[in-house]
Amino acid sequence: MLSKRIIACLDVRDGQVVKGVNFEGLRAAGDPAELARRYNAEGIDELVILDITATLERRRALADTIGRVARELFIPLAVGGGIRTEADAAAAIEAGADKVSLNTAALADPALITTLASRYGSQAVVVAIDAKQAGDRFAVYARSGQTPADRDATGWAREAEDRGAGEILLTSIDRDGTKAGFDCALTAAVSSAVSIPVIASGGAGTLDHFVEVFTRGRADAALAASIFHYAETGVRALKQHLRERGIAVRL
Amino acid sequence: MIALIDYGAGNLTSVRKAFAAIGASVFVPASPADVEPAAGIVVPGVGHFAATRALVGEWVEAILARVGEGRPLLGICLGMQWLFEGSDEAPDCPGLGVLAGRCFRLGRQEGATPVKVPHVGWNAIEMRRESSMADGLRTGAQMYFTHSFAAPVTSDTVAVTEHGESFAAVVQHGQVAGVQFHPEKSGEAGLQILRNFVELAK
Repeated sequence: MLSKRIIACLDVRDGQVVKGVNFEGLRAAGDPAELARRYNAEGIDELVILDITATLERRRALADTIGRVARELFIPLAVGGGIRTEADAAAAIEAGADKVSLNTAALADPALITTLASRYGSQAVVVAIDAKQAGDRFAVYARSGQTPADRDATGWAREAEDRGAGEILLTSIDRDGTKAGFDCALTAAVSSAVSIPVIASGGAGTLDHFVEVFTRGRADAALAASIFHYAETGVRALKQHLRERGIAVRL
Repeated sequence: MIALIDYGAGNLTSVRKAFAAIGASVFVPASPADVEPAAGIVVPGVGHFAATRALVGEWVEAILARVGEGRPLLGICLGMQWLFEGSDEAPDCPGLGVLAGRCFRLGRQEGATPVKVPHVGWNAIEMRRESSMADGLRTGAQMYFTHSFAAPVTSDTVAVTEHGESFAAVVQHGQVAGVQFHPEKSGEAGLQILRNFVELAK
C-alpha cells in the first residue's frame, strides 16, 4: 500500500536554516546539509528547501545549498521559494533538486507549469497554493500570502493539474505557524478535486494533527518545519504513532 | 564504466550522483557508437513513453548489440517500461521488446481498486523470486515511485508492488533488468539495487 509521506521543510536564507532550529548540537550551525542528514537518519520521506534569500547572489548560494544537501541524500528533494523563471527552475534541477515548487510565478504565468512539465516531466513540477478561508470557499493568495490572487483553491488546483503539475503543496494561511492543526476542510476539498497528490502544510502541532490530516483531510503527504526541530517530535515517533493508528508509513 | 543513455527524458543528475556515491564510474555517450566500451548500460527516464522514440534506430542497434554480447542493461522507470513490447501510453511507439508484455495505465484494468493516479510516493515491494538484481532486498522494502503506467506481472517479474492492482516493480531476464521505482531516490535499499547492477556489469 502507498505510504503517507512525511516531509520536512528547511527554510534557508543565505545558505543557513533560519527557522527555530533546536536539534541538539545544531543550534549554532543551522547547516542545511547537517539537518538534512539528521532528518534522513530519522526516516524522513522527502525534503523541501524553501529559499527565503533576497540577495543578488541568491541563485548561486541556493545552488550551492542544493548541491550540498543532494550529494549524500538519496530521497526526493524539492526546492521552492523564488523560482520565478524557467532559468531559476533549471538552475535548481541542475544543482540536484528533483522537483521545483512554483507559487507566485505560476499564478502570474500559468503557462510556466506546462513549460517546466514538458521539459522535466510532471513529477518535477509542484504547484504550491497558499489559501485562506473566505466564507465557504478558500481564496488563493500570492506573494507569501500578501496579495489576493482572485482564485479559488480547488479551481486553481484543478487548473494546475490540467497544465501539467505533478503535485499540489497546499498551505493554510489561517493555520500556518499556529500549531492548531492542519486545515482538514481545505485539504479534503482540494484532495477530492484533483487526482495528483496533495501535500498538506500549515498548523502541525501534535502527532494527532497528522492522523487527522491523513484521514479526515485526505492528504497524501504532510509537511512541517518547526515541529520536527524539536527532539520530542521526532520523525520516527510520528511514524510509529501513525502506524499504530492504521496509517501506512515507511518505517 | 557504466553508460547512462541520455535521450532527453528527464534529468540525469540524481542517477549520476547515486552511482558516484557507490563508487561506480558512469559516462554519458554522445552518440550510439560511444556505447561500445560500456560494461553495462542504464536507460533512465521519466515522462511520456513517446520520448523513447528518440532511441529508435541507431541507439536501439547499439544497445541490442551490447546486450547480445552479454553486457547487462538496466531500465529505470520509463526506461524499464521501454524494455517491453510497447505501452498503451503511446500505442504507435515500439518498445525495445526484449521483455514480453505491454505496459498499461494504472487503475483502468478490470478489478483494479480506485486509487489516485499518478502513483507517487513510497511503496513496498513484494519479492516473487530470487534474482541477482534483488540481492539483499526483502519483501516490505519501501521504494520511491512516480508513474502512471506500469508493466505487467510476467515470468520475468522479480518483485511486485500494489497500487490498486499488482504491477512489476523489479524485472530480470538474464542480463536485462528493470525497476519501476527510482533507485536513486529510494534511500539505502535503492542504492543496493544499483550496487547489484554494478556487480552484474563486472
